[in-house]
Amino acid sequence: MAIDITETDQIGEINKYNFRTETHGVFKARKGVDREIVGQISEIKQEPSWMRDFRLESLEIFEQKPMPAWGGDLSLDFQDIFYYLKPTSHQGKTWDDVPQEIKDTFDRLGIPEAEKKYLAGVKAQFESEVVYGSLKEELVNQGVIFTDTDTAVREHSELLREYFGKIIPPSDNKFAALNSAVWSGGSFIYVPPGVKIEFPLQAYFRINAESMGQFERTLIIVDEGASVHYVEGCTAPMYTTESLHSAVVEVIVKRNARCRYTTIQNWANNIYNLVTKRAYAYGDATMEWVDGNLGSRLTMKYPAVHMMEPGARGEILSIAFSSAGQHQDAGAKLVHAAPHTTGQIISKSISKNGGRSSYRGLVRVEPGAHHSKNSVVCDALILDPESRSDTYPYIEVCEQDVQIGHEASVSRIGEEQLFYLLSRGLSESEASTMIVNGFIEPLVKELPMEYAVEMNRLIQLQMEGSVG
Amino acid sequence: MSKHVLRIENLNVSVAGKPILRGVNLVMNHGETHALMGPNGSGKSTLGLAIMGHPHYDVTEGSITLDGEDVLAMEPNVRARAGLFMAFQRPMAIPGVKMADFLRHATTNVRRPDRKEGEELIPMRQFRAELKEKMAQLRMDPEFARRYVNDGFSGGEMKRAEILQLAMLQPKFAILDETDSGLDADAVRLASESIAEIGREKMGLLIITHHDKLLEHNPPKYTHVMLGGRIVETGGYELAEELHSTGYDRIRKAYPDADAANQEMLAEETPAAA
Repeated sequence: MAIDITETDQIGEINKYNFRTETHGVFKARKGVDREIVGQISEIKQEPSWMRDFRLESLEIFEQKPMPAWGGDLSLDFQDIFYYLKPTSHQGKTWDDVPQEIKDTFDRLGIPEAEKKYLAGVKAQFESEVVYGSLKEELVNQGVIFTDTDTAVREHSELLREYFGKIIPPSDNKFAALNSAVWSGGSFIYVPPGVKIEFPLQAYFRINAESMGQFERTLIIVDEGASVHYVEGCTAPMYTTESLHSAVVEVIVKRNARCRYTTIQNWANNIYNLVTKRAYAYGDATMEWVDGNLGSRLTMKYPAVHMMEPGARGEILSIAFSSAGQHQDAGAKLVHAAPHTTGQIISKSISKNGGRSSYRGLVRVEPGAHHSKNSVVCDALILDPESRSDTYPYIEVCEQDVQIGHEASVSRIGEEQLFYLLSRGLSESEASTMIVNGFIEPLVKELPMEYAVEMNRLIQLQMEGSVG
Repeated sequence: MSKHVLRIENLNVSVAGKPILRGVNLVMNHGETHALMGPNGSGKSTLGLAIMGHPHYDVTEGSITLDGEDVLAMEPNVRARAGLFMAFQRPMAIPGVKMADFLRHATTNVRRPDRKEGEELIPMRQFRAELKEKMAQLRMDPEFARRYVNDGFSGGEMKRAEILQLAMLQPKFAILDETDSGLDADAVRLASESIAEIGREKMGLLIITHHDKLLEHNPPKYTHVMLGGRIVETGGYELAEELHSTGYDRIRKAYPDADAANQEMLAEETPAAA
């Protein structure tokens, strides 16, 4: 029985949606998180009971866990947030509501009209069926599953259940517990053995899904010998009135397989972006995180690779760029849980106008993980005296026969470098931008071309008028 | 052919409070090649850097004009856009920035002096074609354009990169600061041929040098000798040849005050003096 309900929520907006349900329950959109809300989320999604139970258990864990005493300033009022918003009720409901500076940024980044509206949350989905439809067909033919997680819970329940919450259990940390209770949206990808997907899979390929959810849950399983590159996010500013975003990403890379997960995100100044991302890499498998974070009030993000069997390799490339009122506490974790594993972290952070960028990283070599090799390079660029950069490296080594390297540098834009570029006709601002772009080049050259171009343009925008 | 004039009058320059240039006078006309020679500490590089507007070099007296316009009132990037160029002795590395990108920005700005930041660059296709042509002319491997500016370059590669910039930017006046130092004989010959090919009759050239190799292909109309922060003598090409074969003894004896000043500057080991 289909029920068509029009609901007026507390702030006077009219939300309209369709859903099928066995019950006559009416979903009340309200702030705060409790058993009722969590239960209703599960019901709306028509989830199997195991998922509903999982959510409720996670809520309990969330309520019991204390807030982390490290990282950034997390003075959040959990009860003052909406935890579930229906897919059609995007914030910034009409194009006119979208702030001018967001629109200006879209223009500067050269984003086409249709995409702008989608990114601003004005349209529920990116009308890309025609363009991406044929790509989707190819994937289906190869046995690849690429869908949103909600759909996967219903249509690929057994496969999903085998891995869901195993890499990052709800007990892992308070925000993983929260996500586990209220998650919605995100990607589910399964790549069968031996299948190598040539082109990057992008979040907005998913038809019928909201890509910009607050509590996305992504699960990627790359079976033996397969390979995939998943790209999430975009350089356009994420405009949303809801300020807490807490995603969970779990990745399993089986023997001889390869996975790269690229994120480029540019958050508005009111956002708390707290993400738990972890991958398990098995025998001779490679996992690469390419992580670019700009903006947000506070980002806490430490993509991790656990190398579980010999020959596994983990690589993390991270850029953080923070400006006035922004704090990026970002880094990486590499855990060598088997012998003959290799890991590498390259972290580049930039702070300007009083922004704060921190590198927080962990390298752990567990007992038995002999002949492991690891290198960490963390470079910080501080553009003016008001800005700040910190480094918190943690190294825990329980084996003798290992090679661990750590290099860190802090710099500002060199006067001589600047003069050299000025002597070639560049303005001071243009020269600074060029130097900053050069600073992050090791990461940018790993991005798909259109992202690299957008990334450079985004840096330019951030740098303009901010020479100091 | 347009007639540009670079006029330097009574230029006095200090670095960190210490006087280096003590009243330099020089007039360069478009199409002329001038050689600037002198022993270490005489102030040759300082002159070049002061013309280009390096922040550490304070002009305490005197003037520099380009076609009557006050150069000293211009920011360094404005000077570049006005048509001044210097090939540095030790050019800076800009890691992560490709030669091609850097050149595209530089070329656009110099050709369109009124360009505001963020405005269009020279279209990629047009730029690439031009760059390719110039690099072929200079016998440079096209792969060079993809390398990061001066990052990990050998001494010879750095100098070649400077010459490539000279070719692309086509300034009105170019200062070459010891573009031949640190190069082997073949590399110097190649560099000097390149400069000749770029067309020194199309610009005013100030070649700062110790050797005469660069001058072989680019014989100067005037040779100036600096000593103790001043140009003490000016002659023709034969002066350069003389200095190269017999050194600066005659000059030192002929201008004892300047020599004393020069010794003083060297003794103080001001890093800027060259």
